[in-house]
Amino acid sequence: MAQTKVIALTGNQAAAEAMRQINFDVAAVYPISPQTELMGFFAEYVANGEVDTEMIAVDGEHSAMATCIGAAAAGARTITASAGPGIAYMVENLYVASGMRVPMVLLDVNRALSAPLSIHCDHADSMLTRDTGWISIFSENAQEAYHNIIMSVKISEKAMFPIIVNYDGYIVSHSIEDVEILDDETVRDFVGPSDIHRIPYPLLDTDKPVTYGATAQPDYYTECKYQQHVDFLKVYDVVREVFDEFAQIIGKRYDFIEEYKTEDAEYIGISMGSSFGTLKDAVDRLREQGKKVGAIKIRLYRPFPVKEIAQALSKAKGVVVLDRADSFDGIGGPLFKDIASALLATENNPFVHNFIYGLGGREIHEEEFMRAFDRLERLEKGIETRENFVEYLQVRE
Amino acid sequence: MSYQLKPWHQIPIGSIVPEAGSSKVNHTGSWRMLRPVLNYDKCTHCLICWIFCPDDSIPVSPQERFETDFEYCKGCGICAVECPYDALEMVPEMEIKLKELEEEIG
Repeated sequence: MAQTKVIALTGNQAAAEAMRQINFDVAAVYPISPQTELMGFFAEYVANGEVDTEMIAVDGEHSAMATCIGAAAAGARTITASAGPGIAYMVENLYVASGMRVPMVLLDVNRALSAPLSIHCDHADSMLTRDTGWISIFSENAQEAYHNIIMSVKISEKAMFPIIVNYDGYIVSHSIEDVEILDDETVRDFVGPSDIHRIPYPLLDTDKPVTYGATAQPDYYTECKYQQHVDFLKVYDVVREVFDEFAQIIGKRYDFIEEYKTEDAEYIGISMGSSFGTLKDAVDRLREQGKKVGAIKIRLYRPFPVKEIAQALSKAKGVVVLDRADSFDGIGGPLFKDIASALLATENNPFVHNFIYGLGGREIHEEEFMRAFDRLERLEKGIETRENFVEYLQVRE
Repeated sequence: MSYQLKPWHQIPIGSIVPEAGSSKVNHTGSWRMLRPVLNYDKCTHCLICWIFCPDDSIPVSPQERFETDFEYCKGCGICAVECPYDALEMVPEMEIKLKELEEEIG
């Protein structure tokens, strides 16, 4: 296990520290709250010569992603970061990056989408990226954000897919907590040197010229997408390998999902990001009352851990999915649909309910999650009825 | 270069095209509706058409403009617009084809 030192850092400071240690070749960025501060910290490292990064200030997030695609195709170890509407503006090029199979890291400091305008946290921005063909990982706190960023470089380069590391805006990005920081050498050894021949077709290899972004007519497009589809399913193994390798350094193994008191649980709550701590507190309090409840956190969001979820829910009577974004589709939140689909992979047929919470930075309390469990139990037992699969948890009536 | 459809697992990762000059396979001349017909009496071989041709379809030597490469000329008409001597006329392909057919039949 590697040496660590504990420092009090905000999520953005911890992320900037990971970026400094990895020493990316290129960072193309455009500021947007709550990501601005992160790139501010990193710009200091660039200005002080502590990193070799070529930091490119661009005219918008669409250009940021376009710049990163070019840099990554040339073989540069590349990163950008954004939030909320910035991610929305990037979406077109996110598909380009995954289709071209260029490895890179995107930090999504989760923020709500307009209108009404909100700079605070929810997961609506990340849900725009769920079908883009990017690997997506959620972080509960600054420590996980720091670890996820280091691992993401390796996952992305091994899988040849770009990766998004999510951490909650303000709640994680601007709150100070103790973070165990690895020494620079350990991080640099783990990610390995940045060499353009890490990728099979470096754009600037003039001895072997290639075309990136060519047209595919109807006779080729399907085959190109099928190859992407097949390779994306191999990402599970890559993530597992990198998690294993990283476990040897930090002495703790990350999994696709994190289970809390699920072994004998009848009712299970599922969330992503910073609210999981609150959910675990709710579980503890309900356990004190003799309720058999548990909680699951999704760490790997894309590709979705279907088998792991099916296994974890194979004995549950009821499941309440806690979505930090609404889908406005008459079905339920994005995570609810993922969980409902994953349940097709188990014989068990638990009652599934969906709550939307924490929109636009709304604080979440354990009493509210306890109420969600209570409603789930009453619905499952037939004491109460519902009109829809999805309800809001925190609305003033 | 022959044009053979590859199965999905033989496509290079990221749908990149790994050979230089691969656009030669694509005979864009088949798209042409109007053909630039050159009047050699008017042409001064100034090579302005060669500068403007977006498809590099006008073969030249330093002294001479040769006949347009109709394998690749899309018939955009830029050469005809730019020619300072009105030496190029855009003629519908259909007219040319019909004339050729009439000559063949006699």
